[in-house]
Formats: sequence, structure tokens, C-alpha cells
Amino acid sequence: MTNLVLFLVLAVVAVVTALGMLLSRNAVYAALFLVLNFATVAVFYILLEAPFIAMTQVTVYAGAIMVLFLFVIMLLGAERLPGTEPLPWQRPLAIFLALVLAVEAGYLLFARRAAGGMFASAAPDFGSPQAIGTMLFNRYLLPFEVTSVLLLVAMVGAIVLTKKEKGGRE
Amino acid sequence: MTQADLYTLLPLIVLVIWACALLLVDLLIPRGRKGITAFLAALGLALTLGLTLAQVSAAGTAFQGMVVLDGFARFVNALLALTGLLGVGLAYGYVRRMGIERGEYYTLLLFSVAGMMLMAQAADLIVVFLALELLSIPLYILAAFARPKETSEEAGLKYFLLGAFATGFVVYGIALTFGATGTTSLSGIIAAASNGDAGLLLTIGAALILVGFGFKVAVVPFHMWTPDVYQGAPSAVTAFMAAGAKIAGFAALLRVFGLAFSSLSADLTAILWTLSALTMIVGNILAIAQTNIKRLLAYSSIAHAGYILMAFVPFGNAEVLPVSVAAGVFYLVAYTLTNFGAWAVVIALEKAEGRGLDLDDYAGLGRKYPALAAAMTVFMLSLTGVPPTLGLVGKFYLFRAVIAGGFYGLAVIGVLTSLISAYYYLRVVVIMYMREGEPERVSEPWLNLTWAASALAVVLISLVPAPLFAWASQAVFALF
Repeated sequence: MTNLVLFLVLAVVAVVTALGMLLSRNAVYAALFLVLNFATVAVFYILLEAPFIAMTQVTVYAGAIMVLFLFVIMLLGAERLPGTEPLPWQRPLAIFLALVLAVEAGYLLFARRAAGGMFASAAPDFGSPQAIGTMLFNRYLLPFEVTSVLLLVAMVGAIVLTKKEKGGRE
Repeated sequence: MTQADLYTLLPLIVLVIWACALLLVDLLIPRGRKGITAFLAALGLALTLGLTLAQVSAAGTAFQGMVVLDGFARFVNALLALTGLLGVGLAYGYVRRMGIERGEYYTLLLFSVAGMMLMAQAADLIVVFLALELLSIPLYILAAFARPKETSEEAGLKYFLLGAFATGFVVYGIALTFGATGTTSLSGIIAAASNGDAGLLLTIGAALILVGFGFKVAVVPFHMWTPDVYQGAPSAVTAFMAAGAKIAGFAALLRVFGLAFSSLSADLTAILWTLSALTMIVGNILAIAQTNIKRLLAYSSIAHAGYILMAFVPFGNAEVLPVSVAAGVFYLVAYTLTNFGAWAVVIALEKAEGRGLDLDDYAGLGRKYPALAAAMTVFMLSLTGVPPTLGLVGKFYLFRAVIAGGFYGLAVIGVLTSLISAYYYLRVVVIMYMREGEPERVSEPWLNLTWAASALAVVLISLVPAPLFAWASQAVFALF
């Protein structure tokens, strides 16, 4: 019962923040609405008993990626969006794609329902932080380490490409 | 993680640690003496090469089936370490002369080689993807290394954007493959694909992965970026990129297509056939119109991607595949040596501000610098496939394998396009010997060593190719 109430409240917040993001004419407000939306969705994940995804949602999306968004918006000084649509074909295309998505999702829902049972439920500790950690540091140890080297290389590259030469030509 | 795991990846681990240490050591080396960094990088690559050759290939898979050590991996790794060494040798004088001498150049090159080696050893699609990124990202940066020169920046950005796009295809393909088979490990995919039809999803996944790798090795119609990037990037980077990215890309194609997707041959053989034929035709025909040597070599590299791709066309035919892949690997060796040699000559004649790169700048080379012109002639003949060069031997093995697989049409296209290519390769030779001119070359010990040694190797190995081909065959046959 509490879950249902929580869900209903959060669902309203999620939809309103998504709309706010779309309709806001100020890019910074839009980004902040998006943060709120991400946070709400993170709580949904907790309700669905997927704590790891919830944490990832908060740290990666609401944290890192949004900081990047805001940083770029402010760096470019693009807070005010232009009144006119820069890409005129974008809106009809977006509406069309959204409709396709809605139809597909609706079809799946009804088809699954007709087949009896919405989703097969996962094993109790499926996707728990502990299970993922064990997986990451055993089976996927090598990819994990390679990723760290990759990040190092990307960082070195970013510095190489942006550093000013000492007494240089720039 | 056991000792066996570490042993399997020993050359790679040493190389990565060496590169990380070099990153720090480089800070202590004063500006203007970065030659020391180059020397240390070369030392690391030589050590890697030695370790690779010393590895005994019985170890099998490691890290829970993520990587594999076999004869093929050792062969390709040795070739990649050699590529890295040649890349450092070419860069040593060039970066100083062009005023872009920074220690990170060599570190990034080492990381890129590490990514390529990981690619050759990958036994899981996740590792394939990570290796692809580890080899590509340093290349994007190296392509833009001559900043703030506009052409170099453009090359870096273009390569990065299209490379990221291609990576998207690979990831999507991997995801669909995972969806179809429930696993990302290559052996798992083989099992899932062979015990029943994994269906359309697997085919689409394989096709998307093919598109992504097609970008990396510059196969038509995914070749658009190649001329601009090859022309804009510093020449030493281009030489390394042209050879290294191709070797690693084709090694991965072999692992993924030759082994994991061999059950899809009915659907994909025709696609590979078309790609290979298109690449040979378009690459060679567009090369005719080029007047800039870097662009000419770029189109030539596209055309050669088509020849090497030929080796994969019979990938559903278990009898022919080992021979054709051995021929492909042999051709990679031939291409690597010839490619580095030709680029070394280009670098010897290149001047600051991108001058000295027109074909006309080669006029009179034959009279003024006979040795350099002779070496360039050898490389041009080798790229065409004329005796006595390695290029001919490589093409001979390739065409023979393709004909054995029953793809006569492809072999005919290969021969015809080689004839077309003779026109523009030999034009360089004609300009060098028949026209009057006053070319100026740069003489640096490592550069001279690179072109002289490459020219010698291209000629000498072509006289006794059997041992090398036997080694390549042995490496490949162990896979099947």
C-alpha cells in the first residue's frame, strides 16, 4: 500500500519534471528538471528492488552526466534557448518516433498480459550490488582493469590536446 | 587470477606497465631531449617482442575465458610489436623536425600497441570492444597531435567522430549477439550458433560488428574518413595507423568471423564478397586521380584492405579457410613492411607546412638519391604486386586460396584491380626517374634504417617466402 502511494506521488513528479524539462525555455532550468527526473526514476528502481541500478542512476546520470551538461551549457553561454526551432523537421519526427515507441510498448504489455503473467521474476539476489561486485572482480576482472587503462589514456589525451605549450606558439 | 593468467598476457601487461611508467619518467626528461623517451619506448616494445617470441603457446585461455594465447595471437603480437618499433623509428626524427616533439607521443603509441595486442588475444566480445577502444583512442589523439595545425586537428576530429560512430555499430552488434546467444564469449557463441539456428538476431548482430570493423580497417563503403585522416595526420602517425589498425582489425575479424560466426556463412559470404570486391575497385580507381602522395597511399591502403578482406570470404568453408587466412596474415606482414617503407620515404621528403608531398616533388629523385629512389621503387612494385617483392608473393598466396575456395570472380577482380594499380604506383617510379627536379631529402639514421631495412626485407623475404608462410600457416592452423 505504501509502495503504491509512493509510486503514484513519484509518477506525478516524474511526468511533471519531464514536461518541465521539455517546455522550459531556459537550458539551465531544463537541465535541473532533468536532474529531478533522474532522481525520481532512481527511486522507482529502489521500489522495483534494483538498488544497484538506482545507485548507478544517481551517481552516473544525476551526478556525472548532469554536471557535464550544466558545464557545457554554461561554458557555451547557451542558457537562453532561441525562440524558433533550429531544426524544423525535428518536431514531427520526434512525435512520430514517440508514437511508434508508445504503440510498441502498449502492444508488448497487452501481449504479455494475454500470455499470462507480466514478467518472469528474477532470482532474489539478481543484480544486487554484491552479486555485481563479485562478478566484476572475478569473471570480469580483466575488462575492468582494461577500462581503467582506457580512462587513463583518455585523460592523457585530453591533456595533450588542450595543454598550452610553455612559451609555445598558441 | 593465477600465474597462468598473468603468463598468458605477460607481454601485454609488461607493455602497459612500461607505458604507465614512461608517462611518469617522461616528466623528468627535459624538453628538447625527448629522444630519450623514444628510446625508452622502443626498449619497452623490444622487450615485449622478446617476451612474445619467448612465450610457449600451450597456455590456452585465461582470465575466465576472456583472453586466449595461441600461435595466432603470438604471431600477430610479434607483428604488432614490430609495427610499434617501426612506428617509433619513423617518429623519432619526424616529430622533432615538425616541432611536435612531446613525450606523450610515445606513451600513446605504446598504449595503442597494447590495445592492438589485446585485440589479437581477445576471446570475448567485451574484450574485443575494450581493445578496439584502447587502440583507437590513442590514434585519435595522435592524429590531432600536430595541433594547432588545422589539417591535423581536422583529421583528429574526423577520425574521432567517425570512429565513435563505428564503435556504436560494434556495441550494437555485440548487444544483439548477446541477445541471440546469451553469451559474449566467442566459444559460447560458437556453441550456441552450432546447436540450432540462433536466428536473424545473430545475423544482424554479426553484420553490425562487420560494419564497425569495416570502418576501422577502411573497407568501402566505410572508407570516407581515410584519405582526409591519412593526409591530415602527421605522416609518422599515419604510417603506424595504416599498419597497426589494419593488423588488429583483421585479427579481430578472424577471431569473430572465422571462428564464432562461421555458421552464418550462408548469409554473410555474399556480403563479404561484395565488400572485398568494392574495396579493391573503388580504392584502386580513386587512387589514380591523386596527386598528393599521402592521399595516394591512403587510397592504396583502402585497396589493400580489400585484398586482405578476400582472405575472409571463404569463411564458411572449413577446408579452405585456414589456408586463406594464413595467406591473409602473410599479406598483412607484406603490407606492414611495404607500408612502413613507403611512408619512411614520404617522411624523408616531407618538409614543414606540408610541402614536399606532391608527386611532382619526387621528380629527379632517381638521379640525386639513387638508394632512396631504389627503395621507393621496391615499395611501389611491392604494392602493385610485381616480382621480386613480397607484395607479389602475398597476392599469389591470396589469389590461390580464393580460387581454391571457388571464388573465381573475386580472384579475377583482384588481378584486374592490381593491373589498374600498376598505373598509379608506376607513375611514381616514372616521375622519380624520368623527370628533372631537385628534391631535398632529410637524412636521419633511424629513418634511413627503416626504409633501407624494409626494402631489403621486402626483396629478400620474397625470394624465400616459404619459412614465413609456414610460420603463418602454423599459427593459423592451430586455431581450427
